[in-house]
Amino acid sequence: MSGAGPRFAIFPTRMALTTMKNRLKGAHTGHSLLKRKSEALTRRFRDIVKKIDEAKRKMGKIMQVANFSYAEVMYSTGDIGYQVRESVKQAQLKVRAKSENVSGVQLPAFEMYVDGQNAFELTGLGRGGQAVQKCKETYKKAIEVLVELASLQTAFVILDEVIKVTNRRVNAIEHVIIPKIENTIKFITSELDEADREEFYRLKKVQGKKKEKLAIETAEREKNQSLGLTSNQAQPSNLLNEYEQDPDVIF
Amino acid sequence: MAHLQKDRSLIAVLGDEDSVTGLLLAGIGHIDSKQKSNFLVVDSKTPLAKIEESFEEFTNRKDVAIILITQQVADEIRHILDDYDQAFPTILEIPSKDRPYDPSKDSVLKRVQRLFGEGA
Repeated sequence: MSGAGPRFAIFPTRMALTTMKNRLKGAHTGHSLLKRKSEALTRRFRDIVKKIDEAKRKMGKIMQVANFSYAEVMYSTGDIGYQVRESVKQAQLKVRAKSENVSGVQLPAFEMYVDGQNAFELTGLGRGGQAVQKCKETYKKAIEVLVELASLQTAFVILDEVIKVTNRRVNAIEHVIIPKIENTIKFITSELDEADREEFYRLKKVQGKKKEKLAIETAEREKNQSLGLTSNQAQPSNLLNEYEQDPDVIF
Repeated sequence: MAHLQKDRSLIAVLGDEDSVTGLLLAGIGHIDSKQKSNFLVVDSKTPLAKIEESFEEFTNRKDVAIILITQQVADEIRHILDDYDQAFPTILEIPSKDRPYDPSKDSVLKRVQRLFGEGA
């Protein structure tokens, strides 16, 4: 029946019916749009996941190489860890974020850039300078890969969130809003039908009553005429006479 | 969201001595005007509280874009990493020198697998 399920609290009028029908149309449009958005995002998401997987593997390899080159430094130069840590001042490798637009979602992409002088120019000057240089280069490459991976990962986190929200909206429209509107429309239609039927029945009833009255009047008139009475007795009495007995209104 | 990332330009590191030194050598180290560094060397003697504190500090800093964390250290503060769901700064687990990289432990990869395990 029409009353089953939740519906909007409105009066069943024709105007409300039109509004509801428009809302239903809007809900369907919104639903299909959101669904398409979610599909586009999911496709992008799968791409990113694949890329993350690749990049993680690549990272494993490149970090191995970098660690090995660091071992070479240790061998040729000795422990420079303390010296390096103490001479840190300003970052030379920095990242900046660009953003990319995917179906209205801003996805960041980090980009590495070199800013300023390398703080360790003199490191390994005594011995093992070449190994240190090589180590620097390998680590730089490793960081490049890491930065790429980081941007993929950020995109992954953001997309994950956005997809969840979009899917939630799609489901809400599909399973809550559209049924609710449909219920309301059904309710309004049935109420209007009901009102129509009532009105029809009332009119019928009125018509019946009128016919009855007419029949009685005609019968009476015929009776009177057959008795030979004049019609002026059938004149209505003065309406005002009825109110003569009313007491005066005193405030 | 773009304004959130604008000032983020640093890469922070939490890890063992060798990994951190290597990365610093490449030039990611930064010490700001308050003498705060963007790296932490973790060895067997570093207390857990110190790691947690540094991690929190890095995640709350406005100029850090990426936090690199060796998997060994990541395992120590796994409970924090698993709960971490902000987009910025990005947490990236890297393999440490003396332990091979294990993708099954990575918080992000775990999420990937969970997602596709359910989705498939």
